[in-house]
Amino acid sequence: MAHRDGRQPSRRRGARRAPAAIAAAVTAGLVLAACAPGTDGGGGSSDTPDASDVSTELTKKKVKLTIADETGFPLTDKLTEEYTRQHPNVTFTVNRDTFQNLTANAPRLLASNNPPDLIRLPTMGETVKDGLLANLDPYHKAYGWDSWPESQLEPLRMDKDGVRGSGGLYQLGLGYSVTGIYMNTKLAEELGIDGPPETLGELEEDLATAKAKGVLPIVAGDKDGVVNFVVQAAMNQYADKEEFLTWMYNKPGASYDTPGNRKGAELVRKWADAGYFPKDINSLDYFAFVSRFNDGKGLFTFNGNWEAANYQKGLGDDVTFFLVPPAKKGEGHVAMGAANSFSVAAKSKNKDEIVHFLNWVHTDAKARQIVLDVTGASAGGDPSLPQPKAKAGSLAESALEMSTQIANEGGQVDFMANTTAGIYSGSIIPESQLLVTSKISGKEFVQRVQKFYEKEVGKR
Amino acid sequence: MTGVPAPVRRTGRAAPRKGPRRGEAHGWLLLLPALLAYVGFVVWPLIVGVQYSFYDWNGVGLATWVGFENYATVFTDPELLGAIGNALTLLVFFTVIPVGAGLVLATLIRSLRSGGFARASQTILFLPQVIPLAAAGIAWSWMYAQTGAVNEILEAVGLGWLARPWLADYGTALPAVGLIGSWVLTGLCTVLLLTGIGKIDPSLYEAARIDGAGWWREFFTITLPGLRQEIAVLVTLSMIAALSSFDIIYTSTQGGPGRETLVPAISIYRIGFTQSDVGLASAFGIVLMILVVALVLPIQRLARAGDR
Repeated sequence: MAHRDGRQPSRRRGARRAPAAIAAAVTAGLVLAACAPGTDGGGGSSDTPDASDVSTELTKKKVKLTIADETGFPLTDKLTEEYTRQHPNVTFTVNRDTFQNLTANAPRLLASNNPPDLIRLPTMGETVKDGLLANLDPYHKAYGWDSWPESQLEPLRMDKDGVRGSGGLYQLGLGYSVTGIYMNTKLAEELGIDGPPETLGELEEDLATAKAKGVLPIVAGDKDGVVNFVVQAAMNQYADKEEFLTWMYNKPGASYDTPGNRKGAELVRKWADAGYFPKDINSLDYFAFVSRFNDGKGLFTFNGNWEAANYQKGLGDDVTFFLVPPAKKGEGHVAMGAANSFSVAAKSKNKDEIVHFLNWVHTDAKARQIVLDVTGASAGGDPSLPQPKAKAGSLAESALEMSTQIANEGGQVDFMANTTAGIYSGSIIPESQLLVTSKISGKEFVQRVQKFYEKEVGKR
Repeated sequence: MTGVPAPVRRTGRAAPRKGPRRGEAHGWLLLLPALLAYVGFVVWPLIVGVQYSFYDWNGVGLATWVGFENYATVFTDPELLGAIGNALTLLVFFTVIPVGAGLVLATLIRSLRSGGFARASQTILFLPQVIPLAAAGIAWSWMYAQTGAVNEILEAVGLGWLARPWLADYGTALPAVGLIGSWVLTGLCTVLLLTGIGKIDPSLYEAARIDGAGWWREFFTITLPGLRQEIAVLVTLSMIAALSSFDIIYTSTQGGPGRETLVPAISIYRIGFTQSDVGLASAFGIVLMILVVALVLPIQRLARAGDR
């Protein structure tokens, strides 16, 4: 149609056609809308093999395994190198992408016909329901993982309804983290603070002392939400741990709006009002606040064992690492900790081999040492196995002791950022930015996060 | 509805009117590669985007039909509406400021005649255009930081009381992000408008001057009407840039503090790829597209109104 006739400039028609073209595309879309996209994953639970179907014996054949991991974390490089040294018939390809890209693409990667055998997966989301992950229960039985602390494996389980904490085992950690408070001991000495606080009350006294003498009490950043190490640390000391966990595991009816969480959030608001955080907190990202503490620009910082080696390098002997103190003296410690979680793809053709690798990371002395040396984390696994060696008096040694203490006290909780796939960027980050700059109250904070949670969890 | 104008040879003897003419067939053949790419990468995604927008779908599992629910969410969720509001505010910084500044700069450079200085200022003004937006966002977030260049300059000139973390301050975050866009787009506007001015018949200026017109008179009666086409193109481009802005904000504020700088593209990315709610993300994307078309089409009409 529409022959150029020379009388009318053709672009006039072109412009008139634009809305019509869009309308046509929209109509086509509407017609297509009658058929649903996607495929039914079938839950992936009906065909779960039992222990007799799996092998703990490593094949003699040549196998090439692929791992999808995030950029900037060399642990998988070092571990696979050592594994291949011990088992030369098994070689690895490690593909890396940024954390954000990897987590956004993970479901599609896993659903593809050629998925990686092992993938870094911080939140399982709907991958279990969609049948994308391999159930590791048969291996749990075959390898005898029941000697490993269940509190460590619990967050890695998920049932058919997408509730974590029970059901099949779908992940394992390459290292298990623990969080706490780092204190600049040189500044502490100048302020007359002689040791780590033993209660939240003592911690508050130290914060006030620092503020009064012009030292920044807490080095934290919240451009990318990391102040939530502080927010959750405060909540952990007041909240009922099991109740908090049911929320993080998405159990039906679970709520974030609990008296304990409110109290914790109000405490953070109080600290914000008192000026205990950096003024430009919302423009500081993770690397900015880490390097600020490393430059000696504040008394405390809330972070995890993964930063121990870096802080040791920056501050030498002028830094110490300890668990967040409880509200009352003598109460048990509660600390965030999580597996550096990896999942096996349901479609992996080398499940026995990749699980052999995972088991090896938890049990082989060299592998456990590599986990500690590279990440500062505990390798997990059977607590009766000898711990790898950390330098005496180092932060890494403190971190290992803290891991053991938390394991013994049963005080580990997951990170609330892992509650759902979208809650961190969609709600916790923006609301915490408002909380730490005194724009909203602690009560509003927990209510808003809960509202987002209901919206997201209710969708499935 | 393909509406493809086929080249027609207007020779005296018309080919017989049976079946497609040879020229037409050739035309289609030549068009095929581009058409395939266009359908595959633009039309088809648009069609499936509309399809997805009527479903609750995580992108992998089975989707369930929800009718217009996703659209209802887009128009009722205060967070998503706020994002649209922010994008409209960005129009000031992405469109009004660059085009306005471009007009002034182009006129000034033109009055410099073609000296080395004029060429140098053209190049300098155009430079931001060659920097990737993501890099501009990162570089500016350093300059806007508490200890960054902006605050250092303010302190150096005695305006230290103004210093603040610009991207973390609730009042300044959105304008600060917007100004990054102004900085990037002003060069493009200036250069394009300069070439536009070059096309205006110099005798018009001469005539005006003989009639005793001043600078302002010249600007409003000759320069501005003569640049109508260029201005329409720039307004269209920069409006689309404002409404679909992603990279600058993603690398500078990620939508913060709170949701002060949250824009639709960031929301769509998060809803679709982090929350895996492909249906809602598609619906928001379609709404954004309709908004862009609704704002841009009148501009196109306006530019052509006085054409004849």
